[in-house]
Amino acid sequence: MSILINKNTRVVTQGITGKTGQFHTRMSRDYANGRNCFVAGVNPKKAGEDFEGIPIYASVKEAKQKAGVNTSVIYVPPPFAAAAIWEAVDADLDLVICITEGIPVRDMVEIKDRMQKQGKKAILVGPNCPGVITPEEIKIGIMPGHIHKKGRIGVVSRSGTLTYEAVGQLMELGIGQSTCVGIGGDPVNGMKHIDVLKLFNDDAETDAVIMVGEIGGSDEETAALWVKDHMKKPVVGFIAGVTAPAGKRMGHAGAIISGGKGTAQEKLEVMQACGIKVTRNPAEMGETLKALLK
Amino acid sequence: MKIHEYQAKEVLRKFGVPTPRGTPCFSVEEAVKAAAAIPGKVWVVKAQIHAGGRGKGGGVKLAKSADEVKAYASQILGMQLKTHQTGPEGQKVRRLLIEEGADIKKELYVGMVVDRVTQKVCLMASSEGGMDIEEVAAHTPEKIHKVYVDPQTGLKDAEADEVAAKIGIPPASVPQARAVLQALYQAFWDTDASLAEINPLVLTGDGRVVALDAKINFDSNALFRHPDLVALRDLDEEDAAEIEASKFDLSYISLDGNIGCLVNGAGLAMATMDTIKLYGAEPANFLDVGGGATAEKVTEAFKIMLKNPKVKGILVNIFGGIMQCDTIAKGVVAAAREVNLSVPLVVRMKGTNDEMGKQILKDSGLPIISADNMADAAQKIVAAVAGK
Repeated sequence: MSILINKNTRVVTQGITGKTGQFHTRMSRDYANGRNCFVAGVNPKKAGEDFEGIPIYASVKEAKQKAGVNTSVIYVPPPFAAAAIWEAVDADLDLVICITEGIPVRDMVEIKDRMQKQGKKAILVGPNCPGVITPEEIKIGIMPGHIHKKGRIGVVSRSGTLTYEAVGQLMELGIGQSTCVGIGGDPVNGMKHIDVLKLFNDDAETDAVIMVGEIGGSDEETAALWVKDHMKKPVVGFIAGVTAPAGKRMGHAGAIISGGKGTAQEKLEVMQACGIKVTRNPAEMGETLKALLK
Repeated sequence: MKIHEYQAKEVLRKFGVPTPRGTPCFSVEEAVKAAAAIPGKVWVVKAQIHAGGRGKGGGVKLAKSADEVKAYASQILGMQLKTHQTGPEGQKVRRLLIEEGADIKKELYVGMVVDRVTQKVCLMASSEGGMDIEEVAAHTPEKIHKVYVDPQTGLKDAEADEVAAKIGIPPASVPQARAVLQALYQAFWDTDASLAEINPLVLTGDGRVVALDAKINFDSNALFRHPDLVALRDLDEEDAAEIEASKFDLSYISLDGNIGCLVNGAGLAMATMDTIKLYGAEPANFLDVGGGATAEKVTEAFKIMLKNPKVKGILVNIFGGIMQCDTIAKGVVAAAREVNLSVPLVVRMKGTNDEMGKQILKDSGLPIISADNMADAAQKIVAAVAGK
């Protein structure tokens, strides 16, 4: 098993005809079971055509009916990405993964409100995230597939390359991953750390989790408090941004210390108090996890 | 994106928020002329810089005559205004706002942000206006009242009225306060603001509700749909290196240390800075070259970092995914040659084609120090800068 995605997931790519969408659809299709998994693309103007054999439909609904997709991945440019998310959510897919970076926050506030009010079942991952990978089964997103291998460690992170870093450290120690989830660096988004931890907790094939956070907001603290009461598996935590000054946005829209809240120090202390094994050295995420497994 | 107080007031006025009569000025002559055109016996001379805390720093003065307007305008215009938000070097004042004086009966606070937990716009209001709201939040949080606004309905009459009453608006002025709060919300929503603040919002002697100060920041991701707001950008208020970096789509922030960092990805960039600190030194900058860095981008990044005279060494940390390490290595070598690099350079590359990348660095004949992991890289650059 794994969480969110596996070899039976059927994916539609929204934005399959753009440069980024084409490149990453190709990479994802060529990874593990990708050929069976990436079965549709969407572009109303190019419906009936195909992208290297992957049929293009007019809408997500049509892709669901004709190709049986249950998951969407979105590479649509920022001005149109929120509408693309809604199209996938409205088609009642199980999972919507939005890679697009730079979506206006107001658009996300509207989408999240509508999802909640209409009780939609779709789980949203992202936006502004690397995606989700279940190694040796399926990769949905922009992470390099070859740095992963199948195993029993879950990884959840707000940052892309820092996720790869954590995976790289595990690999040097010969440790594989069950699923790696990049939840993205935006302030208003889909899954939070706590949501992913809940899934890892219930996953029979995940033994422990690395949780990578960043300055800004209080999602890591919320997750830590949940871990304290419910998590049955060891969790290793790291928070990036100890050196980040207040009021300066560190690349990600969500990575900013405002009103003295959301500092790395504060987060690390709460996580530690909740039983998460924290490391202040990002080069030691892998070692810290390995020590817990013994 | 940040704008000046006078610009924020212009935006708010368009949405119906009352503000004092005022004129932005770029010279002492303009200031004197502006005051003469505003009837009354008292004028406020306000420094216009993007940082807060201007009053405490001596950037806001009350003038009781045309001579005083002239004296204060001469004093403030051109000064290096230091506040808790400018840093020790302060910010040069290039613009003034001349306003009519207000008959203040009560000072209140209202602000709006997007709340991450509820994922809605949050209205915050307090009877403790004019003060540092972070202090109020820290010491008397019960004095801050919050409303999470439903994006479909906007701020409702009943919600606005309740907040107005809670912060001490007398019943006769509640309809005015409601109008101000709803206008503030509409302005926040329609302009894609990330922060909007009126501090203080004042109740005047004759019962009017007026925005005495205003601050609005906009979501930079949404600027594509607001060309009118982009026109309000004042590059004089921004860090020159950060502006230069943004031209090349590099995310750069100046810091106080002496080790320049070049990293791909915001999270890894922050983690790299943290590792440098862990080994006893301080980063000179945050620099994310992004996912699609080319050799040209890396060269520009080097140039920007090296413009900072404090930089005594550079650490490059790349996790090659889609971006390949050999490409980055070529960029690093080209950049080091082009800028005639004279400070120590440590490069750590991991991921796709990392061995090829390392070979390229080695074959370049340049004194580039190679590192195997983040800790090793940080230790090496810290030691090299310390001259060990």
